[in-house]
Amino acid sequence: MAQAANVSTAPPVATKKKARIGKYKKWGYIFMIPFTVVFLVFQAWPLIQTFYYSVFKYFWSAGKGAWVGPEFVGFDNFAALFDLNNVNILGLTWNTIIMWVLGFVPQIIISLIFAYWFTNVRLRLKCLGFFKTVMYMPNLIMASAFAMLIFAIFSDIGPVNSILKSITGGEAFRFLSYTGSTMALVAFMNFIMWFGNTTILLMAAMMGINESVIEAAEIDGANSGQIFWKITLPLIRPILVYVMITSLIGGLQMFDVPQILTDGQGGPNNTTKTLIMYLNQHIAAKNYGMAGALSVLIFIVCAALSLVVYYFFASDRSDKKSKKRG
Amino acid sequence: MSNKDKKLEHTSALQQNNVDPDMRAKPGLLIHKIVCYVVLIFFSILCLFFFYILVVNASRSHYDIMTGFSILPGGSFLTNLQNAVSNPTIPVLRGVLNSLIIAALTAILSIYFSAMTAYAIHVYDFKGKKFMFNFILLIMTIPTQISALGFFSMCTDWGLRDSYVPLIVPAIAAPSVFFFMIQYMKSSLPLDIVEAARIDGSGEFRTFNTIVLPMLKPALAVQAIFSFVTSWNNYFIPSLIIDTSTKKTMPIMIAQLRSADFLKFDMGQVYMFIFIAIIPVVIVYFCLSKFIIAGVSLGGVKE
Repeated sequence: MAQAANVSTAPPVATKKKARIGKYKKWGYIFMIPFTVVFLVFQAWPLIQTFYYSVFKYFWSAGKGAWVGPEFVGFDNFAALFDLNNVNILGLTWNTIIMWVLGFVPQIIISLIFAYWFTNVRLRLKCLGFFKTVMYMPNLIMASAFAMLIFAIFSDIGPVNSILKSITGGEAFRFLSYTGSTMALVAFMNFIMWFGNTTILLMAAMMGINESVIEAAEIDGANSGQIFWKITLPLIRPILVYVMITSLIGGLQMFDVPQILTDGQGGPNNTTKTLIMYLNQHIAAKNYGMAGALSVLIFIVCAALSLVVYYFFASDRSDKKSKKRG
Repeated sequence: MSNKDKKLEHTSALQQNNVDPDMRAKPGLLIHKIVCYVVLIFFSILCLFFFYILVVNASRSHYDIMTGFSILPGGSFLTNLQNAVSNPTIPVLRGVLNSLIIAALTAILSIYFSAMTAYAIHVYDFKGKKFMFNFILLIMTIPTQISALGFFSMCTDWGLRDSYVPLIVPAIAAPSVFFFMIQYMKSSLPLDIVEAARIDGSGEFRTFNTIVLPMLKPALAVQAIFSFVTSWNNYFIPSLIIDTSTKKTMPIMIAQLRSADFLKFDMGQVYMFIFIAIIPVVIVYFCLSKFIIAGVSLGGVKE
């Protein structure tokens, strides 16, 4: 058809284009089919079911050996999640957020410093490739195996305690018997696993800053501290927001590390149990109603945070366009 | 990816040209540099330290490990390996094989179909294209855990429990891989090539498979690595879906190791199990790190 159009006296461009679109647009739909079908079956439908279960009393009673329900109960499951006499969602959210903050604050500080050093024109550090490679490495490690490794190293009979015992001569320090030390271990692992990733992202952002802005500031007599706080930081603020929100979403999903470290108990006394660990417990016990309600609450929070990330990308795209134009 | 590299080279070239002789002489700068190196080396050691202990302890016998900490490897590596591999309660080789199969298939499906989806949106004009793009962007950061309950109950209803289908097939709809692919296409897939293929009489499907896919190789490679590793490390969903011990993947076996009565175990074996789960990925990583690091800074989005 294209050839025919070439041979005939040139048709108006608009109709030619329209004809082209008309001919090929069905392929756009065809190529979208696999994604759409799989998304609907394996993500959308399960999500709808999850919402459905959240308003039903529906669980497997091991004692009776039978399902109880489904019986419509409205928001009873949600009310049960906020029951302060039990393991409740406020406590779980608190545990999750505290462990996230303990890992994230040092992570963002260290990453900012490293990214600043790596991109600093005056410092001209060598072996950047090596440092980046080593620091990113923990990000690709199997989180569950890493947690098991840390468990082995910090266990009562592990190397850390054998060193401690040889110094103090006393008893082993039971790291997992205290909330503080358990949380610290989880936060430390999260820090080690993610600071390299964040450093690389912030580095990419800092390299995007126009050199001449910084040079101008230098000529005006700004010292390196002023340049960092007054120029670099404000200019990479969008990326900082993005890093923070995606890290928070990741933090809310915290599961592998505390699950393996505390053997699914979230001990001592549920003080290190995260939201997803609790969800996992309910799903594994086939407690569909409660698991549904918990999922819905986590979904609402994550969806709100995702909207922020979405607008970040939306604005990012328009930025790029204007850059090209300019 | 190559753009960033070029940028980096560009800046370092700039740096070399702009060296101010006064700057070099400043002793303050030298001290600053030394501080930087000390801190960077400290954190590098911190990253490697635990894995070094892992390697050391995987090569020591249970008795050696119990007597105390050592900085040097022992001579029991092969004994531990043999014991770990022949342990009947945790069929580790089966676990490695299962994880390999699932991760490899996941990676292939994920990159192929994400490229296809991205191609549909990048090349064709159709109704709802903008909506689909924005929709995929919107769901990119929504975690899979929140629909895990529905996923679990659906797999139970459809007889997919204990099967690999629910672990592999969902990889076809991978929003973050899609996003990476479409970004890559925007920068390095000119539409003229598609047009030229059409004039040469190539069908749309053939154009995608034989002309477009080879052009996307760098992006496909990076995303294949990420998809593979994500699947290899995945614990949450497989632990809900898989029940039979011979079908279990590595992360589930690690969890089993944790639940087992720890002190009764041969510690050399425990470290060896962790070694098997971690070290292959580390080795592959160090071989491909250039690719991977460039991919991270380009994509901006991983998980």
